[in-house]
Amino acid sequence: MSSLSRDEVAKLAALARIEMSEAELINLSSQFGSILDAVARVQELNLEGVKATSHPQPLENIFREDVVLPSLTPDQALSGAPAQEDQRFRVPQILGEAE
Amino acid sequence: MIKNTAAQMSAALEKGETTSVELTKLHLDRIAEVDPKVKAFLHVDGESALKQAAAVDADRASGKKLGPLAGIPLALKDVLAQEGVPTTAGSKILQDWKPPYDSTVVAKLKAAGVVILGKTNMDEFAMGSSTENSGYGPTFNPWDLTRTPGGSSGGSAAAVSAFEAPIAIGSDTGGSIRQPAALTGIVGVRPTYGAVSRYGLIAYSSSLDQAGPFGRTVLDTALLHEVIAGHDPKDATSLNAPVPAVVAAAKSGDVKGLKIGVIKQLQGDGYQTGVLARFNESLDILASLGAEIVQVDCPSFEYALAAYYLIAPSECSSNLARFDAMRYGLRTGEADGASAETVMNATREAGFGREVKRRIILGTYALSSGYYDAYYGSAQKIRTLIIEDYKKAFTQADVLVSPTSPITAFKIGEKSEDPIAMYLADVATIPVNLAGICGMSLPAGLADEDNLPVGFQIMAPAMQDQRLYQVGAALEAALVSKWGGHLISKAPALGGAK
Repeated sequence: MSSLSRDEVAKLAALARIEMSEAELINLSSQFGSILDAVARVQELNLEGVKATSHPQPLENIFREDVVLPSLTPDQALSGAPAQEDQRFRVPQILGEAE
Repeated sequence: MIKNTAAQMSAALEKGETTSVELTKLHLDRIAEVDPKVKAFLHVDGESALKQAAAVDADRASGKKLGPLAGIPLALKDVLAQEGVPTTAGSKILQDWKPPYDSTVVAKLKAAGVVILGKTNMDEFAMGSSTENSGYGPTFNPWDLTRTPGGSSGGSAAAVSAFEAPIAIGSDTGGSIRQPAALTGIVGVRPTYGAVSRYGLIAYSSSLDQAGPFGRTVLDTALLHEVIAGHDPKDATSLNAPVPAVVAAAKSGDVKGLKIGVIKQLQGDGYQTGVLARFNESLDILASLGAEIVQVDCPSFEYALAAYYLIAPSECSSNLARFDAMRYGLRTGEADGASAETVMNATREAGFGREVKRRIILGTYALSSGYYDAYYGSAQKIRTLIIEDYKKAFTQADVLVSPTSPITAFKIGEKSEDPIAMYLADVATIPVNLAGICGMSLPAGLADEDNLPVGFQIMAPAMQDQRLYQVGAALEAALVSKWGGHLISKAPALGGAK
């Protein structure tokens, strides 16, 4: 029986950039054992020498001609922005200026 | 009129017996009447639909040559970007977002003169099998309003089965077109991976996602398939190959001399009695029409569900990283001096629902160092084995078949607290997605024990989508003549149907 502790779920949530509530962490931790048991079935077969498939179609190196095509205007590109300034996305501070 | 097929509506438009404006109004009336009960739509744009309809009517009046679906109303799954129209993917993180561009599917629908009535409900980011994971509340199955329509394209399936639209678009990552089609008694097709452009389809699991058509008949579904399929340079995974002749196949419907393979692993334990009864009855019909029924063995399908629930969450944990509160969508937690990272964490907590978080965490786990080989790596190898099983099976049969869903429509709330039970709903549909091939579900009748629709699944090799329609049309014709009408005509009225 697999399990994942509350602290392990908290670490994964931090990596995934989700600020989970205590109740969510405990709930997910309690469900994770049975989910991991279900997906761990992939380890039951001997997979030695089997190639991995990442994609169903054998496509590679899809190029196009290097020509300028119509694209979104700055106004269109910014139309869904939570905040904008001078034709740019305005974001919260990303460096520790307050320190 | 709204109970007609799209092909019949098209003929009536052609003969001048009706107009697209009239058809559109009838469907908008039907939506106003029954959607408060069914809740198939998240957004209905009647004004814009009537404008599109009037434009098609004007084109027709001026003698312009129009395609078969010109002027026909359609319901669009809210996972596809439509310029200027709210597109949420069923998530609160995209509430009020209006895309600045059209997805290729929408562009093709518009070019074909198809009238888009509105956007339909879905499990958030297409993660679910019941439409209960929508951030905007569930959709209800028109056959029994206490039950789910399946998912994730439950809104589109419910809209078509409730006569709110004759045709609809869904997307299918693990069965999200075929399973709701089965549970609502209609036809749904997941085309070959790469046959329909993913440009503007909000990504869940990029190596599995594919948009496709719903209809109440095999022919209507084929007509829509032909409109949306084709190579698109904007999608690097789009196949540069001719669209299979699906409409011609839907019109011919012949199985004489065809070999039909029954997959041993997709029946038996866990499959409802009435589902298996209708499935076997359909096999007998196909045999009586001249097909040869053979048994095929696909041993690695036992592991398909486990592989899927590693691959899809892994891809989603990466795909959904784009919802970062910076460029579009929700932003919250912006107290004085809050850093970008704090805002991101708070926004993703507030904007994502329970199942989406569960899958992001599972994917993050499966991809983390130390676990990668044991989980994601093994799942990718199982994927190879499933592809090999299909290859071998397709040397023994022209198409493969199974029940679409092991069970009929389940009650709202019945599985929402048990993720594993919910995941089992996709056990018969997932192998198609992992292999990138195509599949159809069509109605096989009602289960004796609960009088709810059962779906019959047909699978064909990549870019042989016409075989689905050829077999589907033959089976449909035989069943319709046996029943004295389409299965959907047995659905409850929901209100005064016109």
